[in-house]
Amino acid sequence: MIRIGVVGLGKMGLSHHALLNAHPEVDVAAVCDASGYILGVLSKYTGVKTYDDYDSMLAEAQLDAVVVATPSRSHVGMVKAALERDLHVFCEKPLTLDPADADLLAEMAAERGLITQVGYHNRFVGAFREVKKLLDEGAIGKVTHIFGEAYGPVVLKPKGKTWRSQRSEGGGCLYDYAAHVVNLVNWYVGEPVGVGGTVLPRVFSQETDDGTFSTLYFPEGKTGQVSVNWSDESYRKMTTRINIWGTAGRIFADRQECQAYLRDGASVPDGYEHGWNVRFTTELTEPVWFYLRGEEYSAQVDSFVREVEAGVPDGLNDFASAAATDRSIAMMVSDAAAGMPAPRNGSDATPVTTERPRRRLWRRAA
Amino acid sequence: MSSVPEMQASVADAIAPPMDRLLFGDNQFFGVNHMSEEKARAQAMRFRGIDAVIDVLDAAYDEGVRTFMCTTHDRIALVCDHMRADPERYRDFAFYPCMPYAHKYANAVTENGMLGAVKRFLPDEGLMDAALRGGRSLAKKDIEGMTTLLIDTEMKMFQGLRTPVIFLQNLVVDLLVGLGFKDALRIFANHVRERYGAEPGFITMNLPAVLDALDEAGIENPIVCSNINKIGFRMCGGIEAYEAALREREFRAVAMSVFASGAIPAAEAIEWVCAQPNVQSIVFGASSRNNIRNTRELVEEHWPA
Repeated sequence: MIRIGVVGLGKMGLSHHALLNAHPEVDVAAVCDASGYILGVLSKYTGVKTYDDYDSMLAEAQLDAVVVATPSRSHVGMVKAALERDLHVFCEKPLTLDPADADLLAEMAAERGLITQVGYHNRFVGAFREVKKLLDEGAIGKVTHIFGEAYGPVVLKPKGKTWRSQRSEGGGCLYDYAAHVVNLVNWYVGEPVGVGGTVLPRVFSQETDDGTFSTLYFPEGKTGQVSVNWSDESYRKMTTRINIWGTAGRIFADRQECQAYLRDGASVPDGYEHGWNVRFTTELTEPVWFYLRGEEYSAQVDSFVREVEAGVPDGLNDFASAAATDRSIAMMVSDAAAGMPAPRNGSDATPVTTERPRRRLWRRAA
Repeated sequence: MSSVPEMQASVADAIAPPMDRLLFGDNQFFGVNHMSEEKARAQAMRFRGIDAVIDVLDAAYDEGVRTFMCTTHDRIALVCDHMRADPERYRDFAFYPCMPYAHKYANAVTENGMLGAVKRFLPDEGLMDAALRGGRSLAKKDIEGMTTLLIDTEMKMFQGLRTPVIFLQNLVVDLLVGLGFKDALRIFANHVRERYGAEPGFITMNLPAVLDALDEAGIENPIVCSNINKIGFRMCGGIEAYEAALREREFRAVAMSVFASGAIPAAEAIEWVCAQPNVQSIVFGASSRNNIRNTRELVEEHWPA
């Protein structure tokens, strides 16, 4: 039995708590949150040991691992404290708000031989895994462009009083929503060497962004774009989509299906044919021991538990991999801050940085 | 852990008529499709007006499918208004409400935090404030009070309509069972029986685990709705455990996702599910009278009365 503590009992923390509690190899030894009400209810009705102080939990609960699901800004300190005690760590995304911190945590965990994972659950969605498999097998030839999108109804009015409405806390569409898309893009085509044309517009939020639009440049002339908007009520829930163009075909995927068009001359993987191929979630999804909000949430927790049990990291969503996403995000933040480039006139154009026209654009959009 | 008084359960059994064999679901009306986002959106467009929804419900009703198992989505209130306005036509029509409509809460949690969300949906915001001011943690009676108020809020739209079974949605059931918060299942069951004279139902993606939890909560012979399909899609715990539960456990099974979102041909899917022991009802969705009739005929063929 692996003894796990959960800190942060918001939406993700409670969900992880429930999945871990139902896991046959796990004992949720303690939970920790700043809210006395939630702790009171859980301890009264479920008997779980509760702490309102994180350090006390780490010191007393004899844990093997900890799940960190607190507001993003607090991840660094909490993860570091756990690693210092040689605990394996599962941390919610994004790992940090500063890539230097992410590198530090990744190094620290590696030095101590600890298992780490970050909650980029899309990498456990059957259809998105199929995309990775097709790319690894070279099914669409040389990748030329990737387009990652996500839309959903999160912030639909100028309101909101939680940490998620503060950029400084790690709230906002980029950190909280687009990070998933950026992470998928990183998985499929690697880390960008640069980004451009990034806009992080506000739609309803006062203190953070509600959209993320950016162009990414990868080695060997590959390009990518992300288009994310969490103020879109036309989607019932978060909908993530990936399109990838290659010299030998195109792949489209969302949570439900993976469609691949393979041109003549493409190296066709087993079970695929030239032309259109469709694989549905019903055939791509592996069974899980307990289902709460989607197989991917169960599968990612199970993967962490298995890694901890075996003592062998699989590298899929470890801190080093999440650090790449933090770096990509940091590039977008600074690119957006540089503002709108001056109109190009020949080859001597430089971006306009002095007047911060971004502000005006935001104001107009608000 | 206290249990539901036995007498109460058996009284409810005696009062409640048996469930229909075919229940009509509502995923198709709300853009839910587990196979394709595109199909889901096409359906959301087709059913944007409540008249289109009611046309299909009428078709189902005229085919003898008289029970509508629906989420407590805001738009269902319009269906309720329609049914209330013509009690003669819809005399045999029954709703099986499934609560809560989870996305409403999930989005509210993102926006307002956990407690903020609960507060927002309570009829009287002051109630929770008063409870929270009382001390460090909520007393059991506060939790019971809040839970029952939330149930009443969700049930408001069904006033004056028949709701012989009231379901708790899988997200909530599975979260509670995962957390080990089994008392909440009992609170729900008791309130639904006492306040609405209805049978409690539980939707789950984890049938074996939930049957154990309902046992421990003292809820006898429960109505439990779960995926039951030939390919084992979203049947957590495994298809063998489901088959064993259907053979050996005392509960009333409602099968959903019998076609596994279209992955199994209709005839094959129905033949298989009708051969399973202890399945009382099948919930299915359809958008046309033809599809409704086909399903009804398949069930009549493979599941003779």
